[in-house]
Amino acid sequence: MTKPPQPGEFYQRDRRWHPPALSQDYKTSVTRSPQFPLISLENTASEITGPVFGHNDINTTDNDLLSNFAQPGQSPIGERIILHGRVLDENARPMPNTLVEIWQANASGRYRHKKDTYLGALDPSFGGCGRTLTDENGCYHFRTVKPGAYPWRNWVNDWRPAHIHVSVFGSGFAQRLITQLYFEGDPLIARCPIVNTIPDPEAVEMLVARLDMNATIPLDTIAYRFDIVLRGRRSTLFENRLEGN
Amino acid sequence: MRQKLEYLKETPSQTAGPYVHIGLAPGAAGFEIYDQELGWDIAGSNARGERIRVEGVIIDGTGSPVKDVLLEAWQANADGVYAHPEHTGVVEDGFRGWGRVITDFETGEWGFDTVKPGPVTGRDGQMMAPHINLWIVARGINVGLNTRIYFEDEAASNAADPVLNLIEWERRRATLIANRELRDGLTVYRFDIRLQGEDETVFFDI
Ligand SMILES: [Fe+3]
Repeated sequence: MTKPPQPGEFYQRDRRWHPPALSQDYKTSVTRSPQFPLISLENTASEITGPVFGHNDINTTDNDLLSNFAQPGQSPIGERIILHGRVLDENARPMPNTLVEIWQANASGRYRHKKDTYLGALDPSFGGCGRTLTDENGCYHFRTVKPGAYPWRNWVNDWRPAHIHVSVFGSGFAQRLITQLYFEGDPLIARCPIVNTIPDPEAVEMLVARLDMNATIPLDTIAYRFDIVLRGRRSTLFENRLEGN
Repeated sequence: MRQKLEYLKETPSQTAGPYVHIGLAPGAAGFEIYDQELGWDIAGSNARGERIRVEGVIIDGTGSPVKDVLLEAWQANADGVYAHPEHTGVVEDGFRGWGRVITDFETGEWGFDTVKPGPVTGRDGQMMAPHINLWIVARGINVGLNTRIYFEDEAASNAADPVLNLIEWERRRATLIANRELRDGLTVYRFDIRLQGEDETVFFDI
């Protein structure tokens, strides 16, 4: 009896597409970037496997930032948005049952975090985090408010473009990814030293969520679309030497 | 017409920033929102094998502890099996092998409780010494850093480990070995991570 073909190891990560560890203009990276080259490792079970999440881990309401922190009947201040998209791999295959976690500032650009001291007001109805699992087609969605821009200490007058932080698990630990999404048309994107750690403008485009009028709810909530791509895997068309000899 | 390879590019990474706790450990950010936070129980109560604690601190290029890091651990059980459908074998009920911890805001110390993993079959059937895979994100880290924790008291299997042996410089291999001590009857492994400098920890491109 032949075993069904097993997907194999992950495609090498394109390190020229990702930001380099050291980016002078993002000052914090200067003392936190390893200086020796990374040791390249061919995948083993330790990298190909990863944690599996299920519906027991989260609540179905965890993806609604408009209501997951607010008192009943209250809702946060700000532009109400639907954030939706798909999680795919580099082979353009949808990734079902994938944990997506997000966090963000409120509409004033203030984070609900004990270390954030920005002047922007806290919103008693907004926590600023959400999480969900993709469905069988790799689709996810959140409801939230559009975050505000906020200043940060890098150069004297740096402002982060409006952004939402996104954390994604794939099926293997090698796919683990944290990134940030930005909003189409924001003039702060091009000025941001963190965005500009990414060398290729095409790669930056992948982080810009698009206004999606077709997904808006008229008279209720505007929509942005953001697709996420995780590393793809070799299929075992030919002999896969990973386990064998 | 030119032939097309219709692959997509991976979404590029961005730093987790200083407020990663809001999303991944909101209790630490200072508020309760979820019924359960993920990743606080790595091994569960039924796990076989030796109960251990792993601790450390992460040092930046100025020699200072980094106080806004989030770490994720991924490990096999005591039999060397990962809790994943593509790995052969079964794990104990409640064994997850995945954990998430943050560094202390004042001291930079991190630590987690788990069981010591067993050796895992690696490529071409070669055995890998017991190890815990770590992924580290923080403000100033543009792409999450991958490393591995190996154990001081596994000298023989460490010496034969195919991954440790990939590291050309023997003195750099030592950066991946956690030191063992006994504290009130509990085995504690110390694993300090150096982001830069002479003893920079080995990080992997996996
Ligand atoms: Fe932010």
